[in-house]
Amino acid sequence: MLEVSGITQIFGGVTALEDVSFSIRKGDITGVIGPNGAGKTTLFNIITGIYTQTAGRVVLNDTDVSGLPPEKLVRLGLVRTFQNIELFGGMSVLENVMVGLHTRSSSGLLACSLRMPWSRREEVRIRSGALKWLEFTGIADLAGVTAANLPFGKGRMLEIARALAAEPVIILMDEPAAGLNSQETLGLAQLIRRIRDLGITVVLVEHDMELVMDICDRIVVLNLGRKLTEGIPCEIQENHEVIAAYLGDDD
Amino acid sequence: MHRDLLKFMLFAAMILAAPLAFQGGYLMNVLVFVGINTMLAIGLNLLLGYCGQISLGHAGFFGLGAYLSGVLSTTYGWNPWQAMPLAAVVVGSLAFLIGFPILKLKGHYLAMATLGMGIIMYIVFNETIDLTGGPSGLSGIPNLSIGSLDFDSDVSSYYLIWSFTLATILLTLNLANSRVGRALRAVHDSEVAARVMGVNARLLKVQIFALSAVISSLAGSLYAHTMTFISPASFGFNFSIELLTMVVIGGLGSIYGSFLGAALLTLLPEFLRAAQDYDIIIYGGLLMLMVMFMPGGLVRGVPDLFRRLLKKGGDRHA
Ligand SMILES: Nc1ncnc2c1ncn2[C@@H]1O[C@H](COP(=O)(O)OP(=O)(O)OP(=O)(O)O)[C@@H](O)[C@H]1O
Ligand SMILES: [Mg+2]
Repeated sequence: MLEVSGITQIFGGVTALEDVSFSIRKGDITGVIGPNGAGKTTLFNIITGIYTQTAGRVVLNDTDVSGLPPEKLVRLGLVRTFQNIELFGGMSVLENVMVGLHTRSSSGLLACSLRMPWSRREEVRIRSGALKWLEFTGIADLAGVTAANLPFGKGRMLEIARALAAEPVIILMDEPAAGLNSQETLGLAQLIRRIRDLGITVVLVEHDMELVMDICDRIVVLNLGRKLTEGIPCEIQENHEVIAAYLGDDD
Repeated sequence: MHRDLLKFMLFAAMILAAPLAFQGGYLMNVLVFVGINTMLAIGLNLLLGYCGQISLGHAGFFGLGAYLSGVLSTTYGWNPWQAMPLAAVVVGSLAFLIGFPILKLKGHYLAMATLGMGIIMYIVFNETIDLTGGPSGLSGIPNLSIGSLDFDSDVSSYYLIWSFTLATILLTLNLANSRVGRALRAVHDSEVAARVMGVNARLLKVQIFALSAVISSLAGSLYAHTMTFISPASFGFNFSIELLTMVVIGGLGSIYGSFLGAALLTLLPEFLRAAQDYDIIIYGGLLMLMVMFMPGGLVRGVPDLFRRLLKKGGDRHA
């Protein structure tokens, strides 16, 4: 499904990632864990085309997608959420998700200005599609709220709803549980399972070990920009190197 | 959606009825300028208020539209109705070409680059004396006309200009509430998230820059054919700042706000005749006050103010 090989990223003098390779199986929930600064977010930024790697390849469904910009990758079914929530703050919750359907619609500047019949029909479809994803993530009652005024936990849900609206084949989530209370985290675990049940492959960067061990099929461990190990949750829990890496850090 | 259309119809009715109230006269002339400035402010607002990209050179596109229309119809004897769309196409294409490199820049750098763009155009208007007449201007530009109807009187110019302005308002309102409008606002709020959702931010910025230039060019042509005389002084840096002030005072990201800003800044000097020489100071001051006390502009600030006043009154009664 998704394969990264030999990914190296150097920022000035800092080597954020060094020769990282692994592959993600279709339909799995894969966790990517590691202490702060391990390079998890950098890896996501490379996979989603926000950074261009110094070396290495990203392969999605047997096509080399290295260096493609995010707006092309979403058309191939790859979307993500952000560690520091990136909402469209001035827009309503519903409108945020409507932007998620951007690749599922096509009206251009002229058709929109003239409100052509087909663009009006498309608008109706976009709206109902967006509502569907608000319901799926349980925030439909907030549809009219301005995104900037959302409580943090709901903002995380909105980011997920917006990403799902693009009908991805694979979704990358960067610390979706950060800042959530335990109740919300339970809800999130349920939601991630339901996303997987839709046939969407999930990749999850997360510090909440309980969540990761609970829902992940496989786990990749990064430390100081290198892949430490990978395996199923119970293997990772008992791996001495992993434990040492985490104890060496404050986590 | 229905409510929006109703609101527009009411607004249009008000505009169309205005000449009856004023019975022609001097104020009509000023209201013609309100129309032109509304178009210009809307053009800039699409770029700045919706998409979050600044331009300090929009007076240049306005001037280029005016001069292309003026020179083609005066020196080369074109029909103004043909000169106007040609000017718009040329200015739009030029903006598209300039837009690609320039809109890669962000913040201060974009401000400086567009400032430079405006200054260069101003210099061209001044220096290509053979074509534009240079600093002393270009006169004898023909009016627009349909059959035997010449748009040369105050009232006929009013209706001509405002047909274009109302059309601009309607089309940009449609745009703002559409897939493309949402993409614009998304780029404004978080460019990276917009891109991840599939918005080609780079292309969209350039497209909206070009659209905004086309609207400015049309306003320029209308200005030239209504005034019948143009000179570079109307298209300099000062006017770019005045446009920016209109957009900010009216309300960033609001089409009706652009009308309010344009109306206020066009009418105000008429009432402050004595302060004419200080206009740039007044604009600067207004801009500062608005940004400090009413960052949402008049369209949002005034209703807010009323709400707060009413609430205070209510509290006192309770
Ligand atoms: N744009 C950048 N420029 C320079 N250095 C960067 C950049 N982005 C990340 N880094 C560096 O790369 C390293 C990895 O950072 P990254 O954000 O990927 O870590 P992370 O695993 O996501 O950490 P956390 O768990 O705290 O989110 C850090 O040392 C960071 O300072
Ligand atoms: Mg991170």
